[in-house]
Amino acid sequence: MEIRVNPTRMELTRLKKRLKVAQRGHKLLKDKQDELIKKFIDLVKKNKELREEVEKELTSAFNNFVMARAVMSGEILEESLMYPVGKVDIDIARKNIMSVITPVIKVKQQDEEQKKNIYSYGFANTSGELDNAINILSGILPKLLELAEVEKTCQLMAAEIEKTRRRVNALEHIMIPQMIEKIKYITMKLDENERGNLTRLMKIKEMVMVEGSV
Amino acid sequence: MSMYKLGVIGDKDTVLAFKALGLSTFPVIDPEEAKSTLKKMVRENYAVIFITEQVAEKIIDTIKEYLENILPSIILIPGNQGSLGIGMKNVRSSVEKAIGVDILFESEGEEIEGR
Repeated sequence: MEIRVNPTRMELTRLKKRLKVAQRGHKLLKDKQDELIKKFIDLVKKNKELREEVEKELTSAFNNFVMARAVMSGEILEESLMYPVGKVDIDIARKNIMSVITPVIKVKQQDEEQKKNIYSYGFANTSGELDNAINILSGILPKLLELAEVEKTCQLMAAEIEKTRRRVNALEHIMIPQMIEKIKYITMKLDENERGNLTRLMKIKEMVMVEGSV
Repeated sequence: MSMYKLGVIGDKDTVLAFKALGLSTFPVIDPEEAKSTLKKMVRENYAVIFITEQVAEKIIDTIKEYLENILPSIILIPGNQGSLGIGMKNVRSSVEKAIGVDILFESEGEEIEGR
């Protein structure tokens, strides 16, 4: 590898300072990365569990729904669901986890009346399967939203961890070794100059002494 | 008034079930339609978008564009034809991205593959 630096004292001081900063930065980033990974692992475990639960429950809800569809005529089904009773309102706050901004999803509280009545239709023309499906679905909505929050957080953190890892690696394997190499090169060059100077002086002194004695 | 909205993209039957809960629903048929719907929803400040795996499978690139934005949170859900395991695969891939190796699913990798 070619080294392109001026072998001067000023450059040496500058490089030494930069090396110190780089090493400190590296240590800080490494700490950040460790902490991020620790948090990420906890979160992603939760994410996995939530997803498993949600997928299982959704599948059973859909099974019921498909059954309801089979038993009831399409028009009646669509008519029954045309006007939903409730409306889900959410609010998003932001949370800062180790400088990663993540969303926090909050469901706005529904009133009691609405909670009790989740069916948007009368029971006369609809089948029990539909009731089941709707019941399960409304039960998992909070979980779905939690999943949305956790999964997004995981994605954001994964991106941040990757970025941090790249920085750590760049510092550790490229920047810092290069600077150490440069510092070594300058020190050697300066020492070499010093020795060169010394020999020259000795030589001159010798010559002067020889001339003087003649 | 809430600025943020919830929406579902999927085939007509799946979406209908969510409609009963009061979510905004967008039934789509072909991938192009799904793509434009998704983009429109992002513009309109939807915070959480659920997409069925069957639809998401075909527009995965468009979904990935939003992966590193804070909002929206795009969540894959199994459609009414059952789970394809894509949602779970995405969780795995974010683990791999962050840590380099898949430490979470290692022991049960087989099981997920076989689904």
